[in-house]
Amino acid sequence: MSNQSPHFIKKIMFTRKMKKDYTILSPMMCPIHFRLLRPVFQRVGYKVDIMENEGPDVIQKGLKYVHNDICYPCSLITGQMLATMESGKYDPNKVAMIITQSGGGCRDSNYINLMRKAFERAGYPNVPFISANTWNMEYAPGIFLSPLTLLSAAAALVYGDALTLVSNQVRPYEVKKGATDELLNEWIEILGRGFSRGKGYTVSAMKKTVSEICRTFSEIKVKKVPKVKVAVIGELYLKYSVPGNNHLEEFLTEQDCEYFIPTVLGFGAYKTNGALEDLRTYGGHPIKRLIMEVVMKYYFFIEDLLISGIEKWPMFTAPERVNDLKKRAEGIIDTTNSMGEGWYLAAEMLELADHGYENIICVQPFGCLPCHVAVKGMQNKVRRVNPKINSVDIEYDPGATKVNQENRIKLMLAVARENLHKDTENKGE
Amino acid sequence: MKIGIDIGSTTIKSVVFDDSGNLIHKSYERHFTLITEKTKEVLKGLIDKFEIKEPVICAISGSAGMGLAEKAGLPFVQEVYATKVAISKRLPDTDVVIELGGEDAKILFLNGNLEVRMNGTCAGGTGAFADQMASLMQVSADEMNELAKSAEKIYPIASRCGVFAKTDIQPLLNQGARKEDISASIYTAIVNQTITGLAQGHPIEGKIVYLGGPLTFMSELRLAFDKALKCEGTCPEDSLLFVAMGAAYYASDAVDLNAALDIITKSKDSIRISSLEPLFKDQKEYDEFVERHAQDRVERIEGQPYEGEAFLGIDSGSTTLKVILTNDKGEILYSRYESNQGKPIDVVVESLKEMYERYPKAHIASSAVTGYGEDMIKAALNIEYGVVETVAHFTAAKFFLPDVEFIIDIGGQDMKCFKIRNGAIDNIFLNEACSSGCGSFLQTFASSMGYEIEEFANLGLFGDNPVDLGSRCTVFMNSSVKQAQKEGVTVENISAGLSISVIKNALYKVIRVHSADELGKKIVVQGGTFLNNAVLRAFEKEMGVNVIRPDIAGMMGAYGAALYAKELYRRKGNAHDPEYEGVISSEELKTFSYDVKSVTCNGCNNHCQLTVNTFSGGRRFIGGNRCEKPVTKKAQDDSLNIYEYKLSLLKEYSDDVTEKPEGTKVIGIPLAMNMYEMLPFWYAFFKQLGYTVKTSGFSNRAMYIKGQGTIPSDTVCFPAKMMHGHIQTLIEMGVDVIFYPGMTYHFDEHKGRKNYNCAVISGYPEVIKANTVNFGDIIYINDYVGPHVKSKFPEKINEILTKRLGTSFTSSEIKKACKAAYSEYSSYVSKVRAKGDEIIKRAKEENKKIILLAGRPYHADPEVNHGIHKLIAGLGFAVISEDCVSYKVAKFNTNIIAQWTFHQRLFSAAKYVAENADFYMVHLVSFGCGLDALTTDEVREILECRGKLYTQIKIDEVTNLGAVKIRLRSLMAAIESGKEGTANE
Repeated sequence: MSNQSPHFIKKIMFTRKMKKDYTILSPMMCPIHFRLLRPVFQRVGYKVDIMENEGPDVIQKGLKYVHNDICYPCSLITGQMLATMESGKYDPNKVAMIITQSGGGCRDSNYINLMRKAFERAGYPNVPFISANTWNMEYAPGIFLSPLTLLSAAAALVYGDALTLVSNQVRPYEVKKGATDELLNEWIEILGRGFSRGKGYTVSAMKKTVSEICRTFSEIKVKKVPKVKVAVIGELYLKYSVPGNNHLEEFLTEQDCEYFIPTVLGFGAYKTNGALEDLRTYGGHPIKRLIMEVVMKYYFFIEDLLISGIEKWPMFTAPERVNDLKKRAEGIIDTTNSMGEGWYLAAEMLELADHGYENIICVQPFGCLPCHVAVKGMQNKVRRVNPKINSVDIEYDPGATKVNQENRIKLMLAVARENLHKDTENKGE
Repeated sequence: MKIGIDIGSTTIKSVVFDDSGNLIHKSYERHFTLITEKTKEVLKGLIDKFEIKEPVICAISGSAGMGLAEKAGLPFVQEVYATKVAISKRLPDTDVVIELGGEDAKILFLNGNLEVRMNGTCAGGTGAFADQMASLMQVSADEMNELAKSAEKIYPIASRCGVFAKTDIQPLLNQGARKEDISASIYTAIVNQTITGLAQGHPIEGKIVYLGGPLTFMSELRLAFDKALKCEGTCPEDSLLFVAMGAAYYASDAVDLNAALDIITKSKDSIRISSLEPLFKDQKEYDEFVERHAQDRVERIEGQPYEGEAFLGIDSGSTTLKVILTNDKGEILYSRYESNQGKPIDVVVESLKEMYERYPKAHIASSAVTGYGEDMIKAALNIEYGVVETVAHFTAAKFFLPDVEFIIDIGGQDMKCFKIRNGAIDNIFLNEACSSGCGSFLQTFASSMGYEIEEFANLGLFGDNPVDLGSRCTVFMNSSVKQAQKEGVTVENISAGLSISVIKNALYKVIRVHSADELGKKIVVQGGTFLNNAVLRAFEKEMGVNVIRPDIAGMMGAYGAALYAKELYRRKGNAHDPEYEGVISSEELKTFSYDVKSVTCNGCNNHCQLTVNTFSGGRRFIGGNRCEKPVTKKAQDDSLNIYEYKLSLLKEYSDDVTEKPEGTKVIGIPLAMNMYEMLPFWYAFFKQLGYTVKTSGFSNRAMYIKGQGTIPSDTVCFPAKMMHGHIQTLIEMGVDVIFYPGMTYHFDEHKGRKNYNCAVISGYPEVIKANTVNFGDIIYINDYVGPHVKSKFPEKINEILTKRLGTSFTSSEIKKACKAAYSEYSSYVSKVRAKGDEIIKRAKEENKKIILLAGRPYHADPEVNHGIHKLIAGLGFAVISEDCVSYKVAKFNTNIIAQWTFHQRLFSAAKYVAENADFYMVHLVSFGCGLDALTTDEVREILECRGKLYTQIKIDEVTNLGAVKIRLRSLMAAIESGKEGTANE
């Protein structure tokens, strides 16, 4: 008897030959970052397209082909992928899908495999899936990224974060409607062109660009009226994804709020730190530890580049460094816990509240396992530490209605407005 | 003048204050979801009464008021916030407000900074829930309140969601539990739901105010809250109007109500809701459909006299009772279909009397009963056979379509679907744990919109743009419907949309099909819900196949039972078992009576709530039991049950504190979650270091209640929730230290990529730490430890002990302790394995089938598994667990990454079962376990690729053992029919 089980399906690899004429499709997560990353990969010969489709058909496809109790991001993205396959936009025999794989103890390590199963059932068994991970979890001969490409990608994240941070802080106050987004698009175009020509990844370029981004946005004419300041934190994908969080940013704009969305880099730093904490707590191979320490150093370096770049401009709020955040977690949750959002969310809530974002929306997929610990488990404690925090948990899943979600957010905003009112009155006295 | 209007989910309220703040007008009425209409009326009434011409100060609030306010340009106040405003004005010394509404539940904590909790996406315990439960018992909400006053006992009812609660209440009703007790239990369930679901670890104390309809109208519900919170809350005057008053207080802008009324009157509802294809293109398509289905019928000869053999079939379902009498050709002599009124026996008795009267010359040659009430009816009336529902339905379906491949039955409360493979029942899908989306949902909705169910369903047939309501649990659907109504979708399109949703729920949520081909082309649909043409059509459209719907779709269980009885009668050569005395005679019926008593069984740790039914003629039926002990009066033989063995081993790892040496500390270990695997390890470790070790003991209901106030997440799995009770128990015991370390990793058994624990196990010690406020002087150790890295562990644990206990040990002391720990762990593991082998060997000798009851180590917890292992053993199986065989299977490829140790065991065990004859797998899955969303499909694939059946049982706080029994008996039926695939075919 063979040692294998016949249910096993052999994975289709993304080969070198495919690189030439296959389109690699990626689900959209953070629009600014992804628009910047695309030219980086196009330059080295990958045809990359980003799927932004949404709607009932997408949700239905997801429900139909993945287990209904799986987290919403997985079912939503699978739906996006399958709807794209059927859209006629691409030759189904010439596309590959790319998806991240964290490798951690969370279910997201298996999204890629659930998607493969879904594709198998939906009649696309030959579509190769590419795993985007930092642990060498799957081999794809057609994917080779030079150090230069990796550095450019890191730069794209730095720029994406910088642009997100500053534009969100300017937009609600702009005098000329649309001025912020105009400048934002201009930047994305300029930076994209640079990446297409293999530029923009050096340290000096990054420093200069971050500073330029801050300068140009600081010059947009604003009228600083007191507005409710909201931070959106929570599960990584939902925090950024427009179909994922039901157009949350649009809603907050409609509600006349300023919103803060934390950086991608910050989360990366937290995750890298997590791998190191693991090694520290449980012990592990010294070489592995050495490698992780080098990676961490690099992370600290670009994190610092971004943050200190923004800190030079006092009108902008910069996020805190992961090492400072760690201190905030002390006494609340052990920093060894880095499964999913781990200790990061509790620390982030305290951080953001201290920077004026006391009103916090915490987005999470319905039934998210790490969120039982990291979000719901910590709320009471976090509020005991800083009672001023006015937070609301919003859960997302295929059946959750926008009206319910918005109603809950509105409650949080009503309290926020009352507090804002009190604050401005106090200042007026 | 200030006006406040509150448009809630079921009612609309308005108040007017004059300029000196006196309440000069109030109104409260139900809107029957005609929100726009009613709002118009209310506005018009106000304008007329107060002769409003100029702009007035006004604001709207309420969960259904948001869209409308926006449209009409009226200021809107979020409803919870409005409550807060009203409370701080009227009852400023309030600490906590508990407000239950039609479909929502809220708690406001006002002491200190405002904190508000609303029910999230998973809801229950609201007014609608109470109404639903009342209608389930066929009493009004008021009557339920009256009934609760004379309650004597409280049954445990799942408090999470209406769907769960229903499945708990139904069996209670069927077993004859008193309505008084059930009513009070429902209130207690609502209270528990509010406390775990909303308070989420925030203590409810101080001055408590009750608001909202249910708490205003139901005195017993208030009492239930008082009792649970150990306080006396008040329900103020005008408790229904606080939201409206809050809106009025909050309002500051003058608005033109006449203009607003104008806008609302004229407004064409803009349709943003996504819609689906209509069910029928045109009348012609409908006519063809009707004609096609008219062919699937069975001959009825009800009016004609009959002489000779007749066969009786009874289906005692959850809400309805069906009785059929056939002749030997399967033609129907008598049929009855009606609500069981909570008293199924009475209905059957009546039917039998009618039958005897109508057919004095027929004789009931054989009889069978199926359904929830099977055992009770069988005992009461001496019915010959009990038959599991799946088999009954299959038998009936074969009559219409001999080579049927798939059967789906959607009834009032439940859904059953199963595939037929090689003439035997294969895959069974039941909706026992979630999303009924069944007939009763349509029913509830029809009546909430003021329609009869038939009328409501027929409206849907010609909806031009059925609204897309998604496929989720009924609570979610409820809010989708609300949204659709707000958007002005017509009743026709909502009705059609609901029918489509019921089908989508069945297909994608319960059965989880991917394409129609999987189910085959030969499908029989049945159950009362399919008599509804809109649902039938929705099914055909969604599946893309034409199906058979018998004209007796609602009675297929009873019909199948009758056919089954006939089959067995013929097979036995037109005879009975010698000891069978025949169904109750018409003479006996005249004096038939019965009596129901409710008692608590104290035979074991489960403390089942038993209902003892005594019938005239000396027959007895005991319901609610999980094992045979209360029936046979002797302990069940558990020698072939690994779960009992595990418990007997684990019980030993706890010391008697009274014998502890002077001056030593007592280490308390909560016996829940992964401690079920780690206890031997830690026990030996601390013993070696000279400590006394005390566990919290095995879980029970009372222990759970003790901790429920500190549970922060109402959707986490039950085993995790149980942990809170264990911690509270240890605190009560007065231990010195509570040791509950974080373990991101379990031991590596080298069967997959990594050796993670799930995120909940890994991080739960943190949750306990952050949400337990009463540790007092107890040292709580929750540091992360990694015994899986054997070389580093001693040093790391010593650091932790030094830091936390202030005692440092020498390196050799620690090493010795570690050695003892590892050795005790492996001795425990070996004992379990050896016992597993022994059970397998004995089972083979005794020719018993072996069920591998798989789950996690903590599924051995008797409060978590609800005694299912005993139930299985009681059915005559030998029971082993996944770790008895998983180590025998070499590492193999799986489609999903096997990176959690406990899950790797599942996969390995599945492979073992797949490859070995006489083994069958039953998979225990905790509700809300996210990782099992991954494992279930994989385990199923591993089994099915070698032709083995996959049986899954979802368990939660309260589990309906009736549904569990159906699965197990169907599995038995499939095994007995010998058609189940075996290895290596």
